[in-house]
Amino acid sequence: MKLWKTAWRFLPLSLLVFVLTGCLGETNLTALDPKGPQSQWLFDNMLLSLYIMALVTIVVFAIFFIILAKYRRAPGDDEIPKQVHGNTALEITWTVIPIILLTILAVPTITGQFMLADVEPDPEIGEDTVYIKVTGHQFWWQFDYEDEGFTAGQEVYIPVGEKVIFELHAQDVLHSFWVPALGGKLDTVPGITNHMWLEADEPGVYKGKCAELCGPSHALMDFKLIALERDEYDAWVEGMQAEVEEPTEALAQQGRDVFEASCIGCHAVGGMGSATGPALSDFANREVVAGYLENNDENLEAWIRDPEALKQGNNMPAFPDMSDEDMEALIAYLRSLDVQNH
Amino acid sequence: MAGHVDTSKGLPSHPERATLEGKNKFLGFWFFLGGETILFATFFGTYLGLRNGVADGPTSQDLFHLPLVFIMTMLLLTSSLTSVLAMFAMKKNKFGTFKIWMWITVLLGLAFLGFEIYEFYEYVHHGLGFTTSAFASSFFSLVGLHGAHVAFGLCWITVLLIRYNKTGITLTNAPKFYLASLYWHFIDVVWVFIFTVVYLMGVV
Amino acid sequence: MAAQKQEKSVIWDWLTTVDHKKLGIMYLIAGTLFFVKAGVMALFMRIQLMYPEMNFLSGQTFNEFITMHGTIMLFLAATPLLFAFMNYVIPLQIGARDVAFPFVNALGFWIFLSGGLLLSMSWFFGGGPDAGWTAYVPLSSRDYAGVGLDFYVLGLQVSGIGTLVSAINFLVTIINMRAPGMTMMRLPLFVWTSFISSTLILFAFTPLAAGLALLMLDRIFDAQFFIPNMGGNVVLWQHIFWIFGHPEVYILVLPAFGIISEVIPAFSRKRLFGYTAMVFATMIIAFLGFMVWAHHMFTVGMGPVANSIFAIATMTIAVPTGIKIFNWLFTMWGGKITFNTAMLFASSFVPTFVLGGVTGVMLAMAPVDYLYHDTYFVVAHFHYIIVGGIVLALFAGLFYWYPKMFGHMLNETLGKLFFWVFYIGFHLTFFVQHLLGLMGMPRRVYTYLGDQGLDTFNFISTIGTFFMSAGVILLVINVIYSAFKGERVTVADPWDARTLEWAVPTPVPEYNFAQTPQVRSLDPLFYEKIHGDGNMKPAEPVQPIHMPNGSILPLIISVGLFFAGFGMIMLNMENPIINPWIVAVGGLAITFGAMFVRSVKEDHGYYVPVEQVKADLKKGGN
Repeated sequence: MKLWKTAWRFLPLSLLVFVLTGCLGETNLTALDPKGPQSQWLFDNMLLSLYIMALVTIVVFAIFFIILAKYRRAPGDDEIPKQVHGNTALEITWTVIPIILLTILAVPTITGQFMLADVEPDPEIGEDTVYIKVTGHQFWWQFDYEDEGFTAGQEVYIPVGEKVIFELHAQDVLHSFWVPALGGKLDTVPGITNHMWLEADEPGVYKGKCAELCGPSHALMDFKLIALERDEYDAWVEGMQAEVEEPTEALAQQGRDVFEASCIGCHAVGGMGSATGPALSDFANREVVAGYLENNDENLEAWIRDPEALKQGNNMPAFPDMSDEDMEALIAYLRSLDVQNH
Repeated sequence: MAGHVDTSKGLPSHPERATLEGKNKFLGFWFFLGGETILFATFFGTYLGLRNGVADGPTSQDLFHLPLVFIMTMLLLTSSLTSVLAMFAMKKNKFGTFKIWMWITVLLGLAFLGFEIYEFYEYVHHGLGFTTSAFASSFFSLVGLHGAHVAFGLCWITVLLIRYNKTGITLTNAPKFYLASLYWHFIDVVWVFIFTVVYLMGVV
Repeated sequence: MAAQKQEKSVIWDWLTTVDHKKLGIMYLIAGTLFFVKAGVMALFMRIQLMYPEMNFLSGQTFNEFITMHGTIMLFLAATPLLFAFMNYVIPLQIGARDVAFPFVNALGFWIFLSGGLLLSMSWFFGGGPDAGWTAYVPLSSRDYAGVGLDFYVLGLQVSGIGTLVSAINFLVTIINMRAPGMTMMRLPLFVWTSFISSTLILFAFTPLAAGLALLMLDRIFDAQFFIPNMGGNVVLWQHIFWIFGHPEVYILVLPAFGIISEVIPAFSRKRLFGYTAMVFATMIIAFLGFMVWAHHMFTVGMGPVANSIFAIATMTIAVPTGIKIFNWLFTMWGGKITFNTAMLFASSFVPTFVLGGVTGVMLAMAPVDYLYHDTYFVVAHFHYIIVGGIVLALFAGLFYWYPKMFGHMLNETLGKLFFWVFYIGFHLTFFVQHLLGLMGMPRRVYTYLGDQGLDTFNFISTIGTFFMSAGVILLVINVIYSAFKGERVTVADPWDARTLEWAVPTPVPEYNFAQTPQVRSLDPLFYEKIHGDGNMKPAEPVQPIHMPNGSILPLIISVGLFFAGFGMIMLNMENPIINPWIVAVGGLAITFGAMFVRSVKEDHGYYVPVEQVKADLKKGGN
């Protein structure tokens, strides 16, 4: 049994490596390099169906190529071939064999479906299970840690090796919450609450996508799922829960005034604030701005001055006329928002 | 040739299906009604899915008034009966009797439509407008679609009656009258479902 | 007896024609134009995705293109192209002089065309619809989508009416208009699949009509069907759409199966293997097609029980489809196969379609679909079905029936070149998309970032599109070249084929059959070649032939519907030039007025006199 299982793991890899010469896509994004128990299950069962279907395909192609080789009409050959009506034995064969093959696939289909839908907490973790409320917006993700009492935007943190439960909502239109390297996707539907679970085997930054057309910038509605060891995760939660510290630099203090005059109506800092826009409590640690651009001052300024140019159809107002001084201060303030390194 | 039927000894027993054209129309119309059934089924499904989505508006229990709906049902059922009597007259080639029953059908249909307009008017008066809630939208669109079918049927039968007022039953108009009558029965059957699904289920 | 037909000008003749053959050619032309339009959009989209973070199309334009590409390809290209063959071929194959309702047939064409043009008008009024061809609410509802979506709703509503009435016409034609001896179990498989496909249209386009009506009421008249905080439900739209949308796939693919089932026996010189099994497999596919719509919604959150049921139901479709695949293979097995262009397309259809089918079974595994859903894997799958299935069949049918329709052959050398360029391009384009999906590329994205390992395959896919485009250009060159230089066809049966459409002379007389043929077997013409003198036995003496008169009313009714739809759309425009109600009500008045005229004015058609039929017979030689 163990040997069989090892072979099972090895076979797909050799096959895929052979076929794709290593082209599996980006680690921590591609579903072909699973990083959690759910995505591993999906990958294994995809291969199961792939092998069975490859069998069918090979049979059809073999018959087809024999026909190509054997039954060409020679020029001038006017003989009329035997007119065959059909063959009951053959008909039964190619009815029964597919039914058997499909039955093999039906079993994991049903068990897997219930496995995916099982959003009861893992009994080993029990009360410590992390629940995260996900809300899809055009075109960003809101993550409410309701039990812990704070909100995060665009980047969701989870502890490694634990089954984490997600509760899915949508603010405006349909979205779909998907971390390909960790598991399947589920839609966020206005007016309806869905539940799913994910688990990461190892720490890392996993790329997340919106998988349901949601408007002009659907392609840019990426997010990050960051898996941390439990103690680091707890530290992060504590940081997010802590009172917001006064910025120490003068420039950053000035920037906070700008922020409070222009930004705070939509963006929360610390705790549960307005959720019109993404919460910025831990902005300094964000890998990207606008969901997809490198988090540097240049991109940040471009984004604040003209969001529409970078992300068509998004709801953030533009600040084209903000003075350079205010902009510099605002950026300094945003850079000071750091719950992980204080 | 299929188009030729000997009518020298009067009409055949099934004048509506005596010619190939009549047969085609007869069959085609049944297919059309099949499609219509699915159309109504979709509206019924929508209504059933949304009938509890009343938002802040009134519910069906607040509004529905069975005696009125019962009168409407009786009117439409009777009109279906009179159109059957008209078809019997057509097959016996009694054009005068036929016309009388058809006109009675039209009058009953008109009365039904009048009651429906009154009913809608009342509901709007009691705060259930078309845009009040998903329940309101689905109610008005289902019952309104049926009402539109009744109105179209009335126009159709009236046009046929005026057009063929003096010709008597012919192999050309018999299929037309027959189909109009079939359509009328269909509308009637749909109403029975509306009565059950919308009104009876709506008051309990 | 009605008067003889009068001579008319050419344009008036085509505008008023009720001849199924002319309508078939009109469907072919209209469908081709829409096909090219949507194909160019696909090309532009692939150029945008050629490299990461390209700026060739904006996100908004890209979304309009995906929507219009899908909508046009399915409703305005594939459907009319299949209708072209159904119109031209079905009456000939069943030995009929015309369809059951020639007037309705013309009406169906004109309504389809006016609906298609109405949809296309969106480009001139602020941009196309942008919510995908599925138009999921809330993205398509009044708060999130502009007037382009009203063009989608009304355009499809109008063209759907045309498709629906055409389907009823085909159903009645096939039941009532068959020649003596042409029993249901002797019908060519193309007629069978068209019959079943028409049944599907009847029961699938009506839910679509209802769904579009609901969306229109929501968008234009502020109804609340799909507004969650007013008691509405957004998932309801998905159910209604897919109750239509899944059968739609079979509406298109079944007649394609039919074409393949005509071309393969003809060029293998063998009768179709397992005819009865093929007929019943088609019926089972159609029946199951209505039971599986929710497999498009596995990730909506319907719950594990519903997902499992729909998953198993979906898997069962693989069984009848497999039966068909093997029956085609065994039709070729033991045959004497001529690999001309038509047969290249038809035979390559079989393994290609299998590739699309097996990914279909993979997608049917609901839990694993959580991985595939809404990714490029799905895009690859359905393009293998639609291009690898329907489009290959359409090209096979085009090369097969072209000589009958136009009186000359298409050039074989250009044809074979076209096949190889297109076929290689097709696999280049779509095979790698399976992998892109698994590598984490969602569908309907207008761009992708450079650091995600998606660059190579996207580039390959775009190159494939260039090949496909080059292939279609070769086809256009072929059509033009052959019109001038192509081999003329004067005989009735240039392919030495098997079915009745090859028993009528080329060009086909207006009345098709001078004498209705007596059918004695499946593949009646082949039967007469073996057991008779090679000509169909007449079932009636030469006599005057009753024909329907042409009418301009179908065109007028359609123009009325166009304006009715346009008026409704104008209700959502910012500054309509004239009161929208005038346009809408005026359009409806034209439509109902024309219907009134049609109902009141009796038109008994005319007769082709015996002398002319006899003269034609002598001239035609058979």
